[in-house]
Amino acid sequence: MELTDRVFYAVVATLAPVAIGAGAFAAGGAGAAFGLFAWLVLGGSLVCLWERSVVRSAFALLGTFGGTAGLFLLLGSDFLAMSQILIYVGGILALILFGVMLTPPDLTERKLPRVASGLVAVGAGVAFIAAKVAMTADWVQAAELAEPKSATREIGVGFVAAEEYVIAFELAAVVLTVALVAAVYVARRRVVDLAPAPSGEQV
Amino acid sequence: MNFFLEGIYQTVGEHLPMWLMMLIAAVTGIAVVLGMVSLIAMFSVWLERKVSGHIQCRYGPMYVGWHGWLQSIADGVKLLLKEDMIPRDADRVLFMLAPGLVLAAILGAFAAYPLTPGIWFGDIDLGVFMIIAFSSMTTIGVVMAGWASNSKWTIYGSMREAAQVVAYEIPLGVSLLVPVMVAGTFNLREASALQADWFGMKWFLFTNPFMLPAFVLFFVAALAETKRAPFDLPEAESELVAGFMTEYSGIRWSFFFMEEYAAMFLMSALGAVFFLGGFESPLTHFAGELFGKELVVLGASGAKELNFAAIPYHLVAAVTLIAKCFFGVFLMMWLRWTLPRVRIDQVMTMGYKYLTPLSLLCVLGAALWEAGKHALFAS
Repeated sequence: MELTDRVFYAVVATLAPVAIGAGAFAAGGAGAAFGLFAWLVLGGSLVCLWERSVVRSAFALLGTFGGTAGLFLLLGSDFLAMSQILIYVGGILALILFGVMLTPPDLTERKLPRVASGLVAVGAGVAFIAAKVAMTADWVQAAELAEPKSATREIGVGFVAAEEYVIAFELAAVVLTVALVAAVYVARRRVVDLAPAPSGEQV
Repeated sequence: MNFFLEGIYQTVGEHLPMWLMMLIAAVTGIAVVLGMVSLIAMFSVWLERKVSGHIQCRYGPMYVGWHGWLQSIADGVKLLLKEDMIPRDADRVLFMLAPGLVLAAILGAFAAYPLTPGIWFGDIDLGVFMIIAFSSMTTIGVVMAGWASNSKWTIYGSMREAAQVVAYEIPLGVSLLVPVMVAGTFNLREASALQADWFGMKWFLFTNPFMLPAFVLFFVAALAETKRAPFDLPEAESELVAGFMTEYSGIRWSFFFMEEYAAMFLMSALGAVFFLGGFESPLTHFAGELFGKELVVLGASGAKELNFAAIPYHLVAAVTLIAKCFFGVFLMMWLRWTLPRVRIDQVMTMGYKYLTPLSLLCVLGAALWEAGKHALFAS
């Protein structure tokens, strides 16, 4: 491990108790949980940007996706949290890893200057958005927030009740199915492709 | 669990800060789940060795205890004391992280498992969804193990695992939709309680003609999801040494096995709750009639009191569900030692071309059946 890597990981690791402690100081138990999940999201994305090996970057996304699921859970949207885990961790991350592992090995190492410039660019963007949000958002004290509760039933009823979203939901499902079938049709190998090329006319 | 914690909360809750209560709840919950998973894994390993032995006309373990029942403990001691080997060229961090991630994911899924009709870790409305989500997370751990080991066998094994799980998660979820639709809930405890009629035999399996095919599809998909034979291509010991765990030894290796048996138990629990009646059986029904079902009753003073008389009912219910789960585990073992392994292209063909469309058809048929029943008998 190089010195820059050591420094980077030491900084990321020390941020964990800082985030959890700051959250606990600001809002007690839920605040500590928020600090942990926020650290997971930010730390995961930082490691994802920093790591030179693409596979390790992909694994770092595990922290980002898991932390996002935790944040959803803290907001009381448990359905969204579980969907996040099922779709992003179980599906999309597996596919990313699948794709990364099928790429040639010389593509899996990134050079430090590129990593650093990426970090700077993304950091500037994040800082801009954070400043914008901090200036314009309507901040609410933690004590004023309603107790989060499970919204599964409302979501289920909202999907199924005829006047609500069932038509839109079904239409989206049909569109997805059509897209999948079309993708298979485009990607499939035709019998003509597999047959040997004709070598002159036979009489 | 909920009663234990409520009891603590009522006796000392006023004197403790909230975060300490949350910490106590989390630590006890994790300790109980960990103990349960270890016991299930130890019993399942012994059962697997006995089942495989008897299927192959031999006895299996016989020396350590009566019919070898202490064999798993002896094995556990051996695995704990074994040298911890990490290949020199392996990615050390990911290599050490992978078994923990796999085990943590399956422990998380256990939070949705109801112990009895009144005792649970978390009475989660999204039970099924959560179990499927967390057990899909184990895939990432397996891929991580395969890549970090830096060996061609492990990479082959983990790529197969990723492809297989992505293919079979769809039929698994869709075939579970059939009983979920009939039950109208994701919650395991509520779904089990809905099957209590007909002396505890109104199992979802018997309520709709599309249930039986859905159950078969679910069982096949669960076999693939838990990487059990005939779908144990990620391990494939005759071609890939030991697949994704080739480089692992000692306690890290045993984590993968704990995960495998815990996942088998959980998948069987999903099948038992959503097709085979969950806690309900004639025995549970009569125990409920005899002893009463409510664990908490309002006492004479109006305060909540524990109803000790109902404890036998809850014991019978818990044992019923565990017996059904182990029946599922036994079926999986029986198949493993009977069927030959399928090829990877056959696995993919089966998942995408047969199981997925068939499970969608099952959902459609079951929905039409339920809608027709509703239209005919609603008024």
